Amino acid sequence: MTDNRFFNRSEFIGILVLAVFLMVILPLTLDVFRLNLVAKYLTYAFVALGLVVCWGYGGILSLGQGVFFGLGGYCMAMFLKLEASSVENTKIQSTPGIPDFMDWNQITALPLFWKPFSSLTFTIAAIILVPGIFALIIGTAMFKRRVGGTYFAIITQAVAAILTILIVGQQGYTGGINGMTDLRTLKGWDIRPDHAKVVLYFFEVGCLFVCIMIAQFVRHSKLGRILVAMREKEDRVRFSGYSVANFKIFAFCVAAVFAAIGGAMFALNVGFMSPSFVGIVPSIEMVIYTAVGGRLSILGAVYGTLLVNFAKTSLSETFPELWLFGLGGLFIAVVLAFPNGLAGIWGDYVQPHIDRLISSRKPKPEGWTDKSVTDGAPAE
Amino acid sequence: MSDKANKGLLSPLRRKLLMGMAAVPVITMLPRASFAQTPATSAVNTTGLAITDTEVTVGILHSATGTMAISETGSIEAEKLAIEQINAMGGVLGRKIKFIQEDGASDWPTFAEKAKKLLVNDKVAAIMGCWTSASRKAVLPVMEQYNGMLYYPTFYEGLEQSKNVIYTGQEATQQILAGLNWIAKEKGAKSFFFIGSDYIWPRTSNKIARKHVENVLKGKVVGEEYYPLGNTQFNSVINKIKLTKPDVIFTDVVGGSNVAFYKQLKAAGIDLSKQALLTISVTEDEIDGIGGENIAGAYACMKYFQSLDNPNNKTFVPAFKTMWGEKTVIGDVTQAAYLGPWLWKLTVEKAGSFDVDKIAAASPGVEFKNAPEGYVRIHENHHLWSKTRVGRAKLDGQFELIYETADLVEPDPFPKGYQ
Repeated sequence: MTDNRFFNRSEFIGILVLAVFLMVILPLTLDVFRLNLVAKYLTYAFVALGLVVCWGYGGILSLGQGVFFGLGGYCMAMFLKLEASSVENTKIQSTPGIPDFMDWNQITALPLFWKPFSSLTFTIAAIILVPGIFALIIGTAMFKRRVGGTYFAIITQAVAAILTILIVGQQGYTGGINGMTDLRTLKGWDIRPDHAKVVLYFFEVGCLFVCIMIAQFVRHSKLGRILVAMREKEDRVRFSGYSVANFKIFAFCVAAVFAAIGGAMFALNVGFMSPSFVGIVPSIEMVIYTAVGGRLSILGAVYGTLLVNFAKTSLSETFPELWLFGLGGLFIAVVLAFPNGLAGIWGDYVQPHIDRLISSRKPKPEGWTDKSVTDGAPAE
Repeated sequence: MSDKANKGLLSPLRRKLLMGMAAVPVITMLPRASFAQTPATSAVNTTGLAITDTEVTVGILHSATGTMAISETGSIEAEKLAIEQINAMGGVLGRKIKFIQEDGASDWPTFAEKAKKLLVNDKVAAIMGCWTSASRKAVLPVMEQYNGMLYYPTFYEGLEQSKNVIYTGQEATQQILAGLNWIAKEKGAKSFFFIGSDYIWPRTSNKIARKHVENVLKGKVVGEEYYPLGNTQFNSVINKIKLTKPDVIFTDVVGGSNVAFYKQLKAAGIDLSKQALLTISVTEDEIDGIGGENIAGAYACMKYFQSLDNPNNKTFVPAFKTMWGEKTVIGDVTQAAYLGPWLWKLTVEKAGSFDVDKIAAASPGVEFKNAPEGYVRIHENHHLWSKTRVGRAKLDGQFELIYETADLVEPDPFPKGYQ
């Protein structure tokens, strides 16, 4: 058995199965177009993963994860857009060498805050730090004042709305409602051909597993248990002398950084970034992915995201005029019948059988969720 | 709205009958209908598109759901009508057109995803689609990378030209300049107030309009305001209009915002029979939502109105209504969408091939004499030569044609002196 601080046995098997599924089965069975779609879906899995940490464990429901997805995505897109806007690519413009949407908006020189984004190192740092610091500021402002629950959710929504309006309004600097399109190369390496899509897919899956490991670590550390305790009885944790606000801020920042990495992956894999991922609707959609997967389950978040997006694509391809009803029905069915999502179904109906098969011990009678959270780091 | 919902309820048999009926006048209308012998597939399709000896597949890519569905439904309907009519005449190079419809869901990346699916998976020979500039911008790199052919119907801001796109709507200078000239001459207008939705098309259109007003017409722009898409509060700008008393209000407010804008204008006591208002964004489709009584008297400047009095339009409007219901209205973009399949068919026949490269090369000079708007021709820059028309909105939601340019206006997507 590997490091017991990170996983118990069934979690280890679960991660192994997911790795085989994403790294072997999908690439072997799907063509490059479908694989690229999976890559797009998985970018949302980063967000869902962050929501598991912050909402599932910490009990902090953020309805504004699109903000961080967008910030990460825009940082990456700015770098790629600058590279695509070389002087020879933009000869047709009145000011060559600047992104096309700036030229359409009569901007004649590259704005100051764009300049550092010509460096990849700066961009990677910005993808992590900009959303991280932004989450730190929001988190500090909210949690230190003990704003939580519904009020916090409403404020995150407001932030999402504000950022959308800002991006759409400042179209000379951001591309407005069109977003940043036609992203071509990364350090001279064309990201559009099929072989590049495959490389990017594996790179993304790699990043996803790093994030899964971090989430696992948070969950099994003392920190994770304090988060759960806070979710269940915040006052009791506070009276025990813990700084509740700091733990909440931490969880929120982790979720923000995960979402930002997802956003950056999105810009790379799809070659596109637009304010339609920043607003309230996409933010709520991301919460739905987590809910369908099971908000307490790290792996469930990944499967939930894949399932919902796969349903979205296939339903809309088959029934272009009715698909939204089908999707809506699916959400209602999942939430009504299985409040713990896919992971709940697995834990309630499938896991016990597997446990019985692989060990002679009887499955524990209590709910799988409490077991996995509280008995997360077994002593054995 | 309700009639849109009912359309799906027509039984397949009844629809077939109706479409057969709709096609009859078109057959008689086109004496040179091509019932030519069918050339071999290997000869007309060298790039592996989805073409058999009897069928050719094209894609339809619009928003059937989401906020843009109201606008884009008309385009979907027009494209399906054109395809049915072409099939009733024997198809393209002896092959019936089969279409695969995808939903862009009013979401730009979804448009890109679906365009890629149509090109890579379905190997469609052409795509009729996109509506907003944002969706086109998202799809354009996909079209160029996988070498597809897009027929794009909406009037738009220009500043774009691609081998892989045919723009069947007007670009900004085509749409705007003639209308401004007309209103300056007719109304002696000197001062203009611009109101638009806040995105690339209104901003670029107003930039062109401002240059034209200031440099050519020697007039003055007394105000220029933008509101986010979907905005419904126009009271402050209406107050500014009352203060500045412009000769002309020039608007490019889009979508649902129009309903609030015209209602509030009327409530504020601005009478459009006295105050000249020129819009480039309100077609018959929008008036359906605004209500004729709220906008009667306003001038609209575009290339097509449902009320156009010419033989082509007199066959087109009844055919459209037979297929999609008596209550449907046909706006400028719907008509431009109808041109897409026809122009593609004519180009394929001119090129004698379905290959995208050959179609792109053969497009300039292709003429469509039976366009509901009248004669159109494809320019070297892949836009259409077309007339510009000014209509006045009537109480019944239709436009009355007031003015049209004598000649076709040349498309100029990169206008010198207007950038």
